[in-house]
Amino acid sequence: MSILINKDTKLIVQGITGGQGQFHTSQMIEYGTNVVAGVTPGKGGMETLGVPVFDTVKEAKEATGANTSVIYVPAAFAADGIIEAVDAELDLVVCITEGIPVMDMMRVKNYMVGKKTKLIGPNCPGLISPGESKVGILPARIHQKGHIGVISRSGTLTYEAVDQLTKAGLGQSTAVGIGGDPIKGMGFIDVLKELKEDPDTYAVVMIGEIGGSGEEDAAEWIRDNMKDKPVAAFITGRTAPAGKRMGHAGAIISGGKGTAAGKVATLTECGVKVAPTPDMIGETLIEAIKEAGIYEKCLVK
Amino acid sequence: MKIHEYQAKELFAKYNVTTQEGYVAQTKEEAIEAAKKLGSEMYVVKAQAHCGGRGKAGGVKLARSIEEVGAVAEKIIGMRIVNKQTGAEGKLVRKVLVTDAVNIKKEFYLSLAIDNENAAIVIIASGAGGTEIEEIAANQPELIVKQLVRPTIGIKDYQARYVANKIGIAKANVKEFIVMLKNMYKLFVEKDCSLVEVNPLVETEEGKLIAIDGKVNFDDNATFRHPDILELRDVFEENPKEYEAGQHDLNYVSLDGSIGCMVNGAGLAMATMDIIHAFGGEPANFLDVGGSATTERVTAAFKLLSDPSVKAILVNIFGGIVKCDVIAEGIVIAAKEVGLNVPLVVRLDGTNVEKGKSILKESGLKIYACDDLRSAAKKAVEMAR
Repeated sequence: MSILINKDTKLIVQGITGGQGQFHTSQMIEYGTNVVAGVTPGKGGMETLGVPVFDTVKEAKEATGANTSVIYVPAAFAADGIIEAVDAELDLVVCITEGIPVMDMMRVKNYMVGKKTKLIGPNCPGLISPGESKVGILPARIHQKGHIGVISRSGTLTYEAVDQLTKAGLGQSTAVGIGGDPIKGMGFIDVLKELKEDPDTYAVVMIGEIGGSGEEDAAEWIRDNMKDKPVAAFITGRTAPAGKRMGHAGAIISGGKGTAAGKVATLTECGVKVAPTPDMIGETLIEAIKEAGIYEKCLVK
Repeated sequence: MKIHEYQAKELFAKYNVTTQEGYVAQTKEEAIEAAKKLGSEMYVVKAQAHCGGRGKAGGVKLARSIEEVGAVAEKIIGMRIVNKQTGAEGKLVRKVLVTDAVNIKKEFYLSLAIDNENAAIVIIASGAGGTEIEEIAANQPELIVKQLVRPTIGIKDYQARYVANKIGIAKANVKEFIVMLKNMYKLFVEKDCSLVEVNPLVETEEGKLIAIDGKVNFDDNATFRHPDILELRDVFEENPKEYEAGQHDLNYVSLDGSIGCMVNGAGLAMATMDIIHAFGGEPANFLDVGGSATTERVTAAFKLLSDPSVKAILVNIFGGIVKCDVIAEGIVIAAKEVGLNVPLVVRLDGTNVEKGKSILKESGLKIYACDDLRSAAKKAVEMAR
């Protein structure tokens, strides 16, 4: 099992004919993801990488029965891409695009209230359920199928964490990059809820960063809801100066809020083990699952 | 993106947000000309720089005559504002705004900002204007009024009226206040702002409502659709290295330490700073080369790191999408162009790692290659000592 995507996922690639779309579609197909359609307005009827292209998401869904889409279109058009996927009533839309105007995402987020579609991203690496499906840009090579759920606001730091887990003989059920934008789709708690319900996830690694209060809210939720599944965390940006945006639009300490110290303190108070440095993420998770007596069970045979 | 107060006020004027007349000046002579145009009895001369705390630093002065305007402007132009916001080097003042002085009866705080958690625009207002909103929030949070505005609905009269009553706008001015706030909202939405702030908004002795200070920030992701706003950019106000980085689509933030860092991905870049710190070193910068680094971008990034304060360079790449051979080529080209005179520690992992490592090896450059983050950070800290 896994969350959000699995071997039954039928994927549409929005922006399949662009440079990013082409490269990552071929990577996803190579990994075994079931890419059933591409969408590029005006290019309906053609075929690329063995995949039929449609003008609209709705047509692609009607013709293929797709349930998920991934977006690789430029920032100026990405918000419209999300709305199109929502209107086509897909189960899940994953937006990789970085640099979407905040006002656009604000409108999208308000529009999505009460709709069935879930959103991952934007400005994220996507997600992978190793051995089943990959939707996004994560490097498949470092992953292996297993029982640790991974959630992260950062792309490359997710790879770092996954790599440490894999090298320690631990696999992943699903690794999800939720993205570094301040207004986004699923947050930590939304993904944690899915992982809690997944019988094949035994423990969770959560990677947060400065800015916002998602980590603090998640810490309290974990304390109240994740008694049976240990969670280890890492917060990046302990040495980041206040008032400076550290790459991600959401990674900024302002008005004394959103500091790494505050997040680490809340997580610790809520019983989450926090890795002191980024090289200790794997070791910290191992410590947590050993304490819970499930280390052997988590190891990949 | 930030702009000057005088530019914010020009936008206010376009959007019918009442502000006092004023002119910007870069010299004493221009300041005198500005005062002559205004022809008032009392003037205010205000330092124009992208930082707060201008008044406390002596950058805002009253002047009672045209001559005094000239004298005051001469003092302010060329001064350095140094405070918590600017850091130790401070901000050089290159322009002043000369305006009419107004007779202040009461001061308010009024702003529009983005509430990320609620995915809405938030009106923030207070009857305790004039001071920093963070100070009011910390000391007297009960004096702050907030109203969420849904971008799909827009601002409603009742919301503005509620705010007016809560912060104590005089009854006679409530209608005018509603119009002003709605115009600020229009500006906010039409120009993709991240902040529209009036502090203070004043009621004058004559019973008028005037924005006597203005601050407008814009969403960097949206400037592509506002060429008029991009023209307002004042590159002299920006850190030269951060500006240069921006020209190459690199995310760069200057810091005070001695270890130059080049990393792919913002999260990993921050984590690299953290681990350097944990081992007793200090990073000289935050630098994210991004997910689609080309050889040219890596070369530009590497050049940013050559600085007298940098005693060692740490390159930390976990190539998922970024290919290690591309990074390696960029490093080699840049090191040869700018001359590598400090120890270079490189941790490469991920896509095409073997190819990348062999490019570095064959380059003949003196490079300390490490296989993981921990050993690389330790080595860089040791070499910077």
